[in-house]
Amino acid sequence: MLDIAKIRADFPILERQVHKKNLAYLDNGATTLKPNQVVETIDKHYKEECSNIHRGIHWLSERATESYEGTREKVKNLINAESTDNIVFNSGTTAGINLVVQSYGRSQLNAGDEVIISAMEHHSNIVPWQMLRDEKGIVIKVVPVLEDGSLDMAAFYALISEKTKFISIMYVSNVLGTVNPMQEICDKANELNIPVLVDAAQAIAHMPVDVQKLNCTFMVFSAHKMYGPTGVGVLYGKAEYLEKMPPVNGGGDMILSVSFDKTVYNVAPYKFEAGTPNIAGVIGLGAAVDYLLTFDWQQVEDREAELIAYAHEKLEQIPGLKIIGTAKIKSGAVSFTMKDIHPHDIGTIVDRSGVAIRTGHHCAQPLMEFYGIVATARASFAIYNTKEEVDQLVKALEKVQEIFA
Amino acid sequence: MSNQLYQQTVLKHNRDPRNFGEIDDCSHHAEGFNPLCGDEVKVFLQVEGDELKDLKFTGKGCAVSQASASIMTEALKGKKLSEVQVQYEDFIKMASGEKLNPSGEIAAFAGISQFPSRVKCAVLAWKTFNAAIAGADNTISTE
Repeated sequence: MLDIAKIRADFPILERQVHKKNLAYLDNGATTLKPNQVVETIDKHYKEECSNIHRGIHWLSERATESYEGTREKVKNLINAESTDNIVFNSGTTAGINLVVQSYGRSQLNAGDEVIISAMEHHSNIVPWQMLRDEKGIVIKVVPVLEDGSLDMAAFYALISEKTKFISIMYVSNVLGTVNPMQEICDKANELNIPVLVDAAQAIAHMPVDVQKLNCTFMVFSAHKMYGPTGVGVLYGKAEYLEKMPPVNGGGDMILSVSFDKTVYNVAPYKFEAGTPNIAGVIGLGAAVDYLLTFDWQQVEDREAELIAYAHEKLEQIPGLKIIGTAKIKSGAVSFTMKDIHPHDIGTIVDRSGVAIRTGHHCAQPLMEFYGIVATARASFAIYNTKEEVDQLVKALEKVQEIFA
Repeated sequence: MSNQLYQQTVLKHNRDPRNFGEIDDCSHHAEGFNPLCGDEVKVFLQVEGDELKDLKFTGKGCAVSQASASIMTEALKGKKLSEVQVQYEDFIKMASGEKLNPSGEIAAFAGISQFPSRVKCAVLAWKTFNAAIAGADNTISTE
């Protein structure tokens, strides 16, 4: 069993009062809170080893480089990558997807080539592909979602053809909480030799992720959704792919030599890390990985499943409340609507009860359209959340009903 | 308290918005979007001389955005353009926290600046109205 009181003590922000009420932070799908271990590591970097990395030959720079590159090792272990060379640091999930689209997509895909995404994708896994479509004439095919919020796998198989040259799908839906059958998708992609990108933004803090077992070509995620700092993320790529991909940004660490006639690019991952990176952020990510790995994955998953089941049970008792996304395997989030009360109004009223939830379209407007709604309210969970916080949400929702009665 | 924002006035206009609909052959119109939440509002104006003869809106969104649009139409309809301009500016000032004593149902939004995440909802219709009058770019965004 996880020691929730001990975990909560790692997150001093949980002690805060909001509108004179105890804070119930249920917006972890947007960003998780950060434990002391992460905050102190970043603090320590700035206070004790602040320096630029890689080029410095002085002591401080060596220390900073060690911490920075040490994180590559930690991330490699977290996702079971083949080597640290597969781990590219960037500013987050969105940057990772854009890099793959702008580098692999632009250099390898041609007019008429088909890219398969899903109807539940976040805008960050839709818009970059549309930008490439407008530039190169690729075709985007969309796997529909079933009413319960699971992926229509029959449609997925039907969409695959000889023209399919890339598959890019999220592991866990930020809106529906659906855990997609990623192993099955990757197996099919590999059988047909189609590269596949896994957007693991909403999976990485909630379940063990193994890139070799999945055998995915690319994986992207953000530090800030796994108890780490904002502005830093990871792109994992298979070596043979990263090697053939041209850099997108020029300058700094991405070169081996530069003359005005010719530039020799560095090898992966460095050729994708132009300029001074978010050093403190990467080091903070390392601390977040350490923190995450102090927990037993099974216990984390059990805990979360318990919270989600409890939230479902309690929310379903509220008249007029409808849960959007009832797939069999869910993680992280419970989205809902309440009759004709706009989720933004729900958000404001529950906020006054100290409850932080997300309301809106969650950067998944096409998915909202599928359900014929403009927005949802979403409670999303992390390891520090409690059933009492779910109760606090339920009470706050009853207040919403009173006001809008 | 949230009751301060969700007063009867706001709830009433949300339930039963006034001047809801389109004006055929209107003299001005504009569309406004709040990309943050997907709210949208369209305003239709009939300006004759220096008078705002008619004003209607359509849209979908939260109670704050819909009530604000509804109350706006009642407040501005039939007014001189010069008065309309003053009222528009006052509303924007009030939304950004300036202490004003608005008259009538606009007073329901007097405390809106204490709900910073909701200010955009309240000003959406007004900004869209302003864009329609200005006739510049007919699509506005609160972002």
